Amino acid sequence: MSWDWEFAIKVFPEIFNVIWLVIGITFGAYAVALVFGLILTFARRSSFKPLSWTVYGFIEFIRSTPPLVQLFFVYFALPLIGISLNKYVAGILTLGIHYSTYVSEVYRSGIDSIEKGQWEAARALNFTKSQTWSKVILPQAIPPVIPMLGNYLIVLFKETPLLMAIGVVEFLQKAFLIGADHFKYLEPLTIVGLLFLLLSYPAALLINRLEKWSNQAYGKGSR
Amino acid sequence: MWDNINVYFDILHKLLPAGWMTIKILVTSALLTYLIAFIAGLGRVSQFSIIRTLTMIYVELFRGTSLLVQMFWIFFALPAFGVEFSAFWAGVLALSLNYGAYASEVVRGSILAIPKTQTEASIALNMTRWQRLKLVILPQAFRIMLPGLGNNSIELLKGTSLVSLITLGDLTYRGLIIQNTNLSYTVPVFILLLILYFIIALPLIILVRRLEASASKGVAKV
Repeated sequence: MSWDWEFAIKVFPEIFNVIWLVIGITFGAYAVALVFGLILTFARRSSFKPLSWTVYGFIEFIRSTPPLVQLFFVYFALPLIGISLNKYVAGILTLGIHYSTYVSEVYRSGIDSIEKGQWEAARALNFTKSQTWSKVILPQAIPPVIPMLGNYLIVLFKETPLLMAIGVVEFLQKAFLIGADHFKYLEPLTIVGLLFLLLSYPAALLINRLEKWSNQAYGKGSR
Repeated sequence: MWDNINVYFDILHKLLPAGWMTIKILVTSALLTYLIAFIAGLGRVSQFSIIRTLTMIYVELFRGTSLLVQMFWIFFALPAFGVEFSAFWAGVLALSLNYGAYASEVVRGSILAIPKTQTEASIALNMTRWQRLKLVILPQAFRIMLPGLGNNSIELLKGTSLVSLITLGDLTYRGLIIQNTNLSYTVPVFILLLILYFIIALPLIILVRRLEASASKGVAKV
């Protein structure tokens, strides 16, 4: 048994068709990660110690436990304590929150690279706290880390197959179902691999270029 | 939710044997990951362009697709070519090849981070290529790469949970079976799973923190 072109060409459109679902999940989870990550970053910097320590613990815990188990927890366990989510929302929230802990580290590195003088100048100009953040700190902290943030979009895209575990029919699940129907796994699974490569590799090259451009624009900033 | 502490002990009793499986997978694939990382990382800075190209293709191939797809491919698709692995080795192989690709970037980055003057100095001392690597570059690069490789091992631990999807009886798999046979255990099972994974990760987290601290400390003093 080896590669069967006819079969591959026949099943390709079937697999490719779920691309919109995959893209939807990816961007949904990314939006959650970006927003929740920012919240985590602020909470982590809070001068109210119990809050910042709780958030620190939360980040460490989420970061070092498997997203797959977190997914099961959200999808199977949460309904029993009164929070029912459908599989798409559960998947988007789990992936989004898991990677928000990574994204918050990125924000943090951006904020930490702002010179002390900027804070002092904002204070000297009598800016309020929210003015300081929205007009001085964030506009300088975010642009240099945009390439790193972009990286997590690709990472999230590559994490979507995880959702097959709770029955979301994304690329891998689709291919696996087709494979099981025909008892031929080679073609559909290879197509999935190629799809991931074809979509993520150009994106990665784009991010690389963005990074180079960003390094030039903001000095060594983006590290 | 916390009403019955005995439920937790009952589940823990059933989960722990599977914990050994998770640790077995973690250790086996960690060893293989670092072996691959060094080979591929050195390959990326090889003097021969064929080796550089080949290792680059390997790294981009495995970083460009997802771990779960690779695992499924090795377990379900590879047998079509007559290559069959047990679930354990398919899992270990996928984990090692995937995280090895990421770790090889850490190795490559650390080698490139050593100032060029070090290479020049060792050339001036008439060292061979191998001596240069062994005596000058790697000892310095090694301390730079340690925190990165440590982080990699935490990611690897998280990745081991995916083997449950190719029916290998690790912690996650056992947890799912316990949950399936007794639905009232659902909440405690997954809480315990998360805690157990965190406990396994804890030494690694502490190790990475230490390595990060020592990596930045030593260099500045010299």
